[in-house]
Amino acid sequence: MTENYTALYEEHKKLGASFTDFGGWQMPLKYSSELAEHHAVRKAAGLFDLSHMGEVWISGLEAGAFLDYALVGKLSAIADGKAKYSLICNADGGIIDDLIVYRFGDEKYLVVPNAGNAPTVAVALAERATAFNVKVEDASAITSLIAVQGPKAEAILLKLTAEAQHALVTDLKYYAFNELTVAGHNVILARTGYTGEDGFELFVANDGAASLWASVAEAGAEFGIVPCGLASRDSLRLEAGMPLYGNELSLERSPFDAGLGGVVALKSKEGDFVGRSALEAAKEAGSKRKLVGLKGLGRRAGRGHYPVLKDGAVVGEVTSGQPSPTLGYPVAMAYVDVEHAEIGTALDIDLRGKAEPFEVVALPFYKRQK
Amino acid sequence: MAKVAAELKYSAEHEWIAFDGSGPSVVGVSAVAAEALGDIVYVDLPEVGSTVTAGETCGEIESTKSVSDLYSPVTGEVTEINEDAVGDPALINSDPYGAGWLFKVTVTEEGPLLSAQEYAEVNGGEL
Repeated sequence: MTENYTALYEEHKKLGASFTDFGGWQMPLKYSSELAEHHAVRKAAGLFDLSHMGEVWISGLEAGAFLDYALVGKLSAIADGKAKYSLICNADGGIIDDLIVYRFGDEKYLVVPNAGNAPTVAVALAERATAFNVKVEDASAITSLIAVQGPKAEAILLKLTAEAQHALVTDLKYYAFNELTVAGHNVILARTGYTGEDGFELFVANDGAASLWASVAEAGAEFGIVPCGLASRDSLRLEAGMPLYGNELSLERSPFDAGLGGVVALKSKEGDFVGRSALEAAKEAGSKRKLVGLKGLGRRAGRGHYPVLKDGAVVGEVTSGQPSPTLGYPVAMAYVDVEHAEIGTALDIDLRGKAEPFEVVALPFYKRQK
Repeated sequence: MAKVAAELKYSAEHEWIAFDGSGPSVVGVSAVAAEALGDIVYVDLPEVGSTVTAGETCGEIESTKSVSDLYSPVTGEVTEINEDAVGDPALINSDPYGAGWLFKVTVTEEGPLLSAQEYAEVNGGEL
């Protein structure tokens, strides 16, 4: 497999990042301490390179109708300037990827899939587009994505935008976006994120990425911004109860198992869409196991694939788990037999032969104070 | 690059040991290992009075990202554990050869050990 490098790779090297392969990309795992990076995002701000994510443009007369067919949500109903979380499923109802769709207008949408799935999603979209009057363009290779996350994110963005455009930042609602100039670069600024904090994601052309990255780092210095790697990104999203494709989501799980039934527009969409009949059947049949949050009562953390036990019998499996830096106790997400999935149920995680007590709790584990 | 303390001996499993001619020897994990583990959040050490065996597991070290077994570099009786490191495992990251030591042991037999030079050659790290 060839390794991919983002336009910011050299910046990460200069910052002393340790790298890891993620979805075929060499990405910063951490720069110094992943715990310090995690806390910086909760208390001040963090700067992330997410350029491994895909960017696929959908344009044409039938863009909305096409996305309604290709994805499980009703994307034609998004308002201009708004974004929506959705899923792309196969005909069997298995999840190919989770993604965010941004609507620029009737005839123009941007689809952002995960890094490792971006080529698969781009191909699947192109295949599904044949009967529609649309153009599918994969711009992943020329587009960078930088995230500024944390309570100080807005203040940092305001330093980098002209006063006349400040309202475009401050008035921006969660899951909405604007096109504006940030530090001299044309960016798509979206109030989205994967950390559970307020924050922004900035799409920028590759040739402006390093300059924009440096400008954000400089403007954020007085607020305590730090560059953050994938290690802290993972612990932040886990605390926020957000699923990670490959852990919580896969071809083998239905959106209903994952607690994402609300994303599947079975009622509001009249027409057919890929996976519809299988998803209707899955909803009808109900889930055997569902995704739950587990809170550790001891100090030890459950990890991916560890068995979940009830009175010694296996009733589930951990998908993600680690000590929560913010909360101070171990947290995990796990698929658990529905009869043991009620909030408050006492379960154990098999920690390499030792049963460690956990309790089913509501997700997310962490919710920011607004 | 992670530091390899020159005056210590190392196991292939990344534990270091400081031999003391008269008293018990001190055991910890190398800076190379601590850095690779990431931020350490939990450490499980052998009990005082228990016997540890060279090359066998005697505890666990858990970081935000993973869990690793702790192997004893020597055989002998554990005389003391570092309660400070148990209470504040970040000490193992910040000072792996000092305040982040793990336990003391009266050595009856050594396992296969590497010199600092040999350990650094195999695992990277600077003397």
